[in-house]
Amino acid sequence: MAQAQEFEKVLSDSDTNVAAFEDHGVSVLKRIQHFLHSTPAAVPLIVLILSIAIFGIAIGGRFFSSYTLTLILQQIAIVGILGAAQTLVILTAGIDLSIGVIMVFSAVVMGNCAVTYGLPTPIAVAIGLGVGTLCGLLNGALVAYMKLPPFIVTLGTWNIVMATNFIYSANQTIRDADVAAQAPLLHLFGVNFKVGTAVLTLGVIAMVVLVLVLWYVLNHTAWGRHVYAVGDDPEAAKLSGIQTKKVLMAVYALAGLIAAFAAWVSIGRNGSISPSAAVTDYNLQAITATVIGGISLFGGRGSILGTLFGAMIVGVVSMGLNMLGADPQWKVLLTGMLIIGAVGIDQWIRKVSG
Amino acid sequence: MATQPLLTARGLVKRYGRVTALNQADFDLYPGEILAVIGDNGAGKSSLIKAISGAVNPDEGEIRLEGKQIAFKSPMEARDAGIETVYQNLALSPALSIADNMFLGREIRKQGFMGQWLRMLDRPAMEKRARDKLTELGLMTIQNIGQAVETLSGGQRQGVAVARAAAFGSKVIILDEPTAALGVKESRRVLELILDVKRRGIPIVLISHNMPHVFEVADRIHIHRLGRRLCVINPKDYTMSDAVAFMTGAKAPPEEALAA
Ligand SMILES: Nc1ncnc2c1ncn2[C@@H]1O[C@H](COP(=O)(O)OP(=O)(O)OP(=O)(O)O)[C@@H](O)[C@H]1O
Ligand SMILES: [Mg+2]
Repeated sequence: MAQAQEFEKVLSDSDTNVAAFEDHGVSVLKRIQHFLHSTPAAVPLIVLILSIAIFGIAIGGRFFSSYTLTLILQQIAIVGILGAAQTLVILTAGIDLSIGVIMVFSAVVMGNCAVTYGLPTPIAVAIGLGVGTLCGLLNGALVAYMKLPPFIVTLGTWNIVMATNFIYSANQTIRDADVAAQAPLLHLFGVNFKVGTAVLTLGVIAMVVLVLVLWYVLNHTAWGRHVYAVGDDPEAAKLSGIQTKKVLMAVYALAGLIAAFAAWVSIGRNGSISPSAAVTDYNLQAITATVIGGISLFGGRGSILGTLFGAMIVGVVSMGLNMLGADPQWKVLLTGMLIIGAVGIDQWIRKVSG
Repeated sequence: MATQPLLTARGLVKRYGRVTALNQADFDLYPGEILAVIGDNGAGKSSLIKAISGAVNPDEGEIRLEGKQIAFKSPMEARDAGIETVYQNLALSPALSIADNMFLGREIRKQGFMGQWLRMLDRPAMEKRARDKLTELGLMTIQNIGQAVETLSGGQRQGVAVARAAAFGSKVIILDEPTAALGVKESRRVLELILDVKRRGIPIVLISHNMPHVFEVADRIHIHRLGRRLCVINPKDYTMSDAVAFMTGAKAPPEEALAA
C-alpha cells in the first residue's frame, strides 16, 4: 500500500456520495445558456415559431392555412436537403462550396443518361448519384489526405464542376415534356398528394426523412459521434484512436451523394433540367439555413434538426414578406440579420464552459 | 533484472524541423513494474511516449512489444495491442459527453436488431460503466455523466482521461503527468489506482514532475535528459535531490546506472 503522507490521512473519511446541489441561486440567464448548450436546436425552433406567429398575426388566416405552410415546405425542400449535406461538412469544421453545382451537374447527368442516351431511368439515377459521390470523394481526398483547407478545395471544385457542367451539356436544357415522356421516374419527387388543404410532395417527405435519418446517425451511432469529435478537436480525436481521415472522406463523399439526391428531387420540382441552374446560389442558401440552424462554423456543435428549422425560417420569412407585398430585398436584409444573430448566439452559448 | 523487458525502444530519433525532441533514446519497461520517467521541461518525455503509443512516427529506431518489433501507425493500433495512454493534453473531445469520450473509438452497441442493423449505441450501458469507473477513482464531484467534458473542471477532465485508460489498458498503461491538475484527494486516488493496476499485473509508465509521488510508487526511475535516457535509478538507492541533480545536469550520474 502506498505510504500516504501525513496530510493525506484524513482522506479515509471523505464523502463518498455523488455531489448534488439545490438549483436555486443560478440566474435565469445562466440556466438558459446551459439549456441551449445541451439543446442546440432550441434557438432556431424558437425563432421559427416566433416568425410563424409574427407573420400569422400580420397577415391573418391566409398565412396560417395549411396550404400556405405546406407550400413553404415545398419551396425549401431542395435547400433543406442541401443544407443537410452542408451540415455534415460544417460539423467537421469544414465547408463545402461545391455541393450546389454538384447537384446541378448530377441532375444534368441523370437527365442526359435517361433522355438523350435512352438508358433505363433507374440506371440513369444511379449514375447521377455516382457522379455526385465521386465529386464528394475528390473533395474529401484533397481535404483529408492532401490536408488542403476545405474552403480552398471546394472553391476549386465548385469552378471545376460548374465548367464541366457547361462544357458537357453545351448548356442544353432538357425539356419537361421530354423528361415526362421518356423518364417519368425522374419526376418522382414532384408527385404530390393532398391531406385536407395541405399539399405535400414526395420531395418534402424525402427532406424530412433524410434529416431524421441523419439525426439518428449523428447522435446514436459511433460514426456520428466521430464526426462531432473530428470537428471538435481533430488532434484529440486522432489521439483517441479515431481514423480522422476516413471520417472526413466519408463525410465529403456523403455530402456529394446527398447533393446528387437533391438533384433528383430538384428535377421533380422544376420539371425540366437546366445546366444554367448552376449559377443559382443554392449553396449559399444551404449554408444560410445551416448557420441560422445553429450549426457552428467552428465545427463539432449543433444539431441537424436545427438546419431543418433554419431552412424553414428562411422559407417562412420569404413567404411572409411576399404575401405582405414587401420588396424582396427585405427578405435578403432579414436573412443577413438572422445569420449574424445566429453566429452571435453560437458564441454566447460556447462561453458556457468559460 | 533476469526477466525479459515487456516493452523496449532502442535508438529512437524524432525531429520536428530543426528541433530534435528525441536523440537516440532508449527505453525499457519490465513486466509488472511501475516505471517513472522524469526530466526537465522539454527533455522529450512526451515525445518518447508518443513514439511508443503510435501518436507520432519516430524518424529512426525500433520498438518491441514482447520481443516482437512493432510500428504503430496510429494510436488506435497501439490501443488494440493493449497499450493505453493518457496524453499530457488529455485528448478529450470538449463538446462530447463524459461517457461518449470514455468510449470514443470503441463504443458499445445495443444487442440485437437495433445494434446489429441500426448500429445504435447502448448509452445506458456506456454511462453506467463510465460512472462506475469514475466512482472507483473517487471522482464524486461529477454530477452528470451526460455533461459535456468542456463543462468540467481541469482536474475532473484529467480524472476522466485517467479513468478511460484504467478501464481499457490490458498490457501497458502510460500516464503523462496524470496528477498535474488534480487536487490532494484525487491525486491520492490516482496513485492508489496506479498501485491497483500494478497489482493486476499490468505495468505502468508514469511521467511526473512530482518527486514525492515518483519516489513513493516507482520501482525504477528513468531519467530523461536532452532527448535521451540519461540513466535509470532505483528510488531506494538515491534521494530526491540526487535525482533532481542528475536530471538537471548538476551532477553526473553514477557509472552503474548509466548502461541500464
Ligand atoms: N509537435 C511539435 N512540433 C515541434 N516541436 C515539438 C513538438 N512536440 C514537441 N516538440 C519539441 O520537442 C521537445 C521535447 O518536447 P516534449 O513535449 O517531449 O517534452 P517533455 O519532456 O514532455 O516536457 P514537459 O515536461 O514540459 O511536458 C521540445 O523542445 C519541444 O519544443
Ligand atoms: Mg510532456
